[in-house]
Amino acid sequence: MIKVENLTKRYAGQTAIQDLNFEVGKGEIMGFLGPNGAGKSTTMRILSSFMPPTSGRATIAGFDIFEQSLQARAQLGYMPENVPLYGDMRVNEYLEYRAALKSVPHRRIAERVGDVKELCGLKEVEKKLIGALSKGYRQRVGLADALVHEPALLILDEPTSGLDPNQIRQVRELIKNLGKQHTILLSTHILPEVEMTCSRVIIINRGRIEACDTPENLLGQIRTAGGISLEAQVGPDNGAEELKKVAGVRDVTTTTDGEWSVFALRVESGADVRAEVFRLATQRHWTVRELSQRKATLEDVFVEITHPDAR
Amino acid sequence: MRKFFVLLSREVRSYFYSPIAYIVLVFFLLVSGADFYFQLSFMNQRPVPYSVQEAFFNSVFFWFAFVLIFPLITMRLFAEEFRLGTIEPLMTAPVRDWQVVLSKFFGALIFYIILWLPTLLYFAIFQAITHQPAANSGGAYLGAYLMLLLLGMFYLSVGCLASVLTKNQIIAAIISFCVITLLFFLGLVSFILLDVSSSTRQLLGYFSAIEQMGTLSRGEIDTRPMVLYLSMTIVMLVLTHQAFQSRKWRL
Ligand SMILES: Nc1ncnc2c1ncn2[C@@H]1O[C@H](COP(=O)(O)OP(=O)(O)O)[C@@H](O)[C@H]1O
Ligand SMILES: [Mg+2]
Repeated sequence: MIKVENLTKRYAGQTAIQDLNFEVGKGEIMGFLGPNGAGKSTTMRILSSFMPPTSGRATIAGFDIFEQSLQARAQLGYMPENVPLYGDMRVNEYLEYRAALKSVPHRRIAERVGDVKELCGLKEVEKKLIGALSKGYRQRVGLADALVHEPALLILDEPTSGLDPNQIRQVRELIKNLGKQHTILLSTHILPEVEMTCSRVIIINRGRIEACDTPENLLGQIRTAGGISLEAQVGPDNGAEELKKVAGVRDVTTTTDGEWSVFALRVESGADVRAEVFRLATQRHWTVRELSQRKATLEDVFVEITHPDAR
Repeated sequence: MRKFFVLLSREVRSYFYSPIAYIVLVFFLLVSGADFYFQLSFMNQRPVPYSVQEAFFNSVFFWFAFVLIFPLITMRLFAEEFRLGTIEPLMTAPVRDWQVVLSKFFGALIFYIILWLPTLLYFAIFQAITHQPAANSGGAYLGAYLMLLLLGMFYLSVGCLASVLTKNQIIAAIISFCVITLLFFLGLVSFILLDVSSSTRQLLGYFSAIEQMGTLSRGEIDTRPMVLYLSMTIVMLVLTHQAFQSRKWRL
């Protein structure tokens, strides 16, 4: 659906993205993850033909975004960052205008606008001025606009930014459902979002792609796949030394909480050493009050990739 | 073509969303009404060798209101889309650049024509009350309104160009006001500099909106200003289109 080759964009004196290469297949929900300023919006603006790349090329549904820009744009529903809208139009009026502009046949406009209003929960504000809407509703109007012409591909730039937790949950649900019929490329700097909604993730940092895989594979790849936490009274033993002898444990850090020692164990990826640790504790007569495993999250992947020295 | 009309209809409607439109309408009605009133009361005092319609279209009032309205009509056209960022959803929809440029120009032109419609009423009312013709001939109306249309198109296209150059409406208004005033006063130079040669005077005369209006509102249809303004309008619109396209490369 999307094919990007050596895409580079330089602003005056600054390279925003450098040699991006990736593909998004039909039906995928691709997450575009990166810290602020990583180049997510820049990439999306190029893909939506809003601005040309400095070099490289990209196609959408086989249409070159530069040479066949009009056909490429016709395939695409784009929701820009911060959702700019005409504040002096009413929701209905705006969606009808956008539908007509995106070549929805005249007799289908009412039906399509009705459908997207239903889908995005805009029924109760349909007669309101867009300028008077809250951030959450503006976001939905942007989404409804992106959907109104039933595009094959949706490009959503930070669709949940600025929303409250309830609204975020609603928008995520909506996106997940949309993924059944559309190919989606969505950007975010919020990690759980990608884990929950996306089938594949591109991690981009300082204009370069650092990783591109399914969330599960990314988790498997990182050095520290998670950790074990043990809180115990170890008596005269040197707990850390003993724990390091357990197979699969790489590293142990110790803190204390009053009488209790708190051990944080970093383990090899894929290893579950809890049973071994428990056996060790009973053997050495340690009093254990907690033994738990923390699963690695995409956040660990992200931090590891974008700040290699942070851990 | 359908997209052009979709865009055009939004442009025309958008004038009536904003208070600026109503302010311009009211201001324009006041000034043109005052113009009509003063010309009539002047004519009541002594016999004059021209018609009401000629007097109306050639007064200081008229020209004052005339040059002021263009910056007001055109300043927000592109500048506001840039400032609000709505240019992004607009240009990522499958529309061509020229469709956007022309829809904005013709939207402004339609609003401009709407501004002038009430003045037709002035002449109708005058005739109904006085049972005298307001103009010497039908051609005089045609000439005057044609001149308004063509000069209006040119000045609107200048305003379009000014608006595409900035995202600040006020700057757009100042640029187009300065350029339009300058162009307008170019035609006045021959009145001010009395010792210029007759050929210079004649040359400047081609650009003198006031002289042209004098001729046309008498009903003498002169094609030279029409060709001039029509071609200048096209030049300005081409420049606007160029500037609009180059915006992508400046990003
Ligand atoms: N119009 C612009 N002019 C100059 N630099 C820009 C412009 N837009 C973005 N940048 C720079 O390009 C980089 C990437 O920005 P952006 O794509 O907006 O990042 P993201 O969306 O991932 O936060 C940033 O360093 C930003 O400062
Ligand atoms: Mg961004």
